[in-house]
Amino acid sequence: MSRAGYCPTTPEEERQMLDAIGVTSIDDLFRPIAPGLRAKSFDLPDGMSEFEMLRTFQELAAKNAQHLVTFVGGGYYDHLIPTVVDHLTGRAEFYTAYTPYQPECAQGTLQALFEYQTAICRLTGLDVANASLYDGGTALAEAALMALRVTGRRRLVIDGAVNPFHREIVRTYLANLDVELLEIPPKLGLEDDARLRAAIDGSVAAVLVQNPNFFGSVSDFRRLADEIHAAGGLLVVSTYPVSLGLVATPGEMGADIAVGDGQSLGNPLSFGGPSFGLIASRKEFIRNLPGRIIGETVDRHGERGFVLTLQAREQHIKRHKATSNICSNQSLCALRGLIFLSSLGRQGFAELARLNYDKAEYAKQALGRLSGVEVMNGGATFNEFTVCLPKDAAEVVAGLLRKGVAAGVPLGSYYPDMGHCLVVTVTEKRTREEIDTFVRQLEGALCN
Amino acid sequence: MDMYFTKEHEWVKIKEGTAAVGITEYAAHQLGDVTFVELPQAGKTVKQFDTLAGIESVKAASDIYAPVSGKVTEVNEALNDRPEIVNEAPEDAGWIAWIEMADTAELAQLMNREQYDEYVRGLE
Repeated sequence: MSRAGYCPTTPEEERQMLDAIGVTSIDDLFRPIAPGLRAKSFDLPDGMSEFEMLRTFQELAAKNAQHLVTFVGGGYYDHLIPTVVDHLTGRAEFYTAYTPYQPECAQGTLQALFEYQTAICRLTGLDVANASLYDGGTALAEAALMALRVTGRRRLVIDGAVNPFHREIVRTYLANLDVELLEIPPKLGLEDDARLRAAIDGSVAAVLVQNPNFFGSVSDFRRLADEIHAAGGLLVVSTYPVSLGLVATPGEMGADIAVGDGQSLGNPLSFGGPSFGLIASRKEFIRNLPGRIIGETVDRHGERGFVLTLQAREQHIKRHKATSNICSNQSLCALRGLIFLSSLGRQGFAELARLNYDKAEYAKQALGRLSGVEVMNGGATFNEFTVCLPKDAAEVVAGLLRKGVAAGVPLGSYYPDMGHCLVVTVTEKRTREEIDTFVRQLEGALCN
Repeated sequence: MDMYFTKEHEWVKIKEGTAAVGITEYAAHQLGDVTFVELPQAGKTVKQFDTLAGIESVKAASDIYAPVSGKVTEVNEALNDRPEIVNEAPEDAGWIAWIEMADTAELAQLMNREQYDEYVRGLE
């Protein structure tokens, strides 16, 4: 019998184990560590009953602002998740399996990932996709590394209008490599890509852009694609999947690699994770795609089957020659993405994108009519846009939080000269009434 | 044609100052089914014993080293679609690349057939 539900061994069992390895106490096991380096205490509270623990955590959770009407985006979005997503993903066959190390035993998981890859190819307009990466930021960094491998070049150009967190991840990935990363500062309201095109020369492995960008602006990168291709480099487009129901795909724009964060496809907002990173590329780069790729084949009886086709990653045959350190994927989150897309269907997905666009346009126009508020985007936006306020945006956001509204992402932390700017996001979940209320509240906050 | 071998199991056949390069029967057998050959780019300059190409089989990924220094003049594009040619005919149709030799004196660093066979026997 155990002492408690979470203590797996009895003192007798501990004694037997210590005797077997020839030490007298558990402390003996830590003796090789210098006393000064050993933890004095882990400062853990005493054990609690299940009931006490639940109450404690409920009290902690209640400190968070709850039931906010949210206009926050900037990479993670408040989208409706059809019930079928939870229901099917929660099936034990999917939910308990970690990763198919024995693929022949996990045909269902492999088939789901194969279908997921197909969905991502259709979504991005590119030829091949892997079985998912960790998140949008790491996917962008992996795409950067991929471009370096493909071209054999050592320079990258990244648009400053790419999500600041993702740029930070790219910087981190490249920090110890002999690679030059040229960041082109964004100019709000100037959504043309002349700044980026001017940075292209024959030494650039890739230009990394985001569409819609961090400010919500939708760009047409076809000309940029032509120019980087003419210079022998690649175009990497980070995309917001839901926008692809309306906006031209990275493939249509001439991108060589497309990445994105899959949270908006059926994954809940949960302190930034877990999510999944999607990556797709042109077929000729398939050997350079990181992670694993599931393929379809037939067995000796002609039966359809699924296999880990390309898995030349660090855990398998490639070891230190692997294209990436990524050795897992986000199967369950990717599966949610697949079920989300499948449940909406082609038409439903287009309608979802349209709803996001229309509602955001309504909010953009309403906010733009407020005295002192200026919409900063030069051209089209998808479901988010940037407004400049006559006050510090972070203070305005803090004030509105007390009224139950999360007004958006203030930009001062990421772009020091944009302290008055706010990225506002409107998804399909926001009602007209909520948008109208938000506009009135913002107007009130600006008057005070 | 003169044929030479490396300790890393590459072969090289010389024809008018240019060298065809591939992997030996022994290497192909050891690797098992070859699934991919990462060919060098034509025009690339290599030094003797530096990495020339990569090869993946169902159980290993290995480098292929250049037996001689020089410029890669031609690569076996057929391997892109049918890497299994390396298993079927490693010392013939499964060639990897042609290298325009920079220094024929380097051949002194390599083994002839008898020496290589003796070397392989020592490995078994």
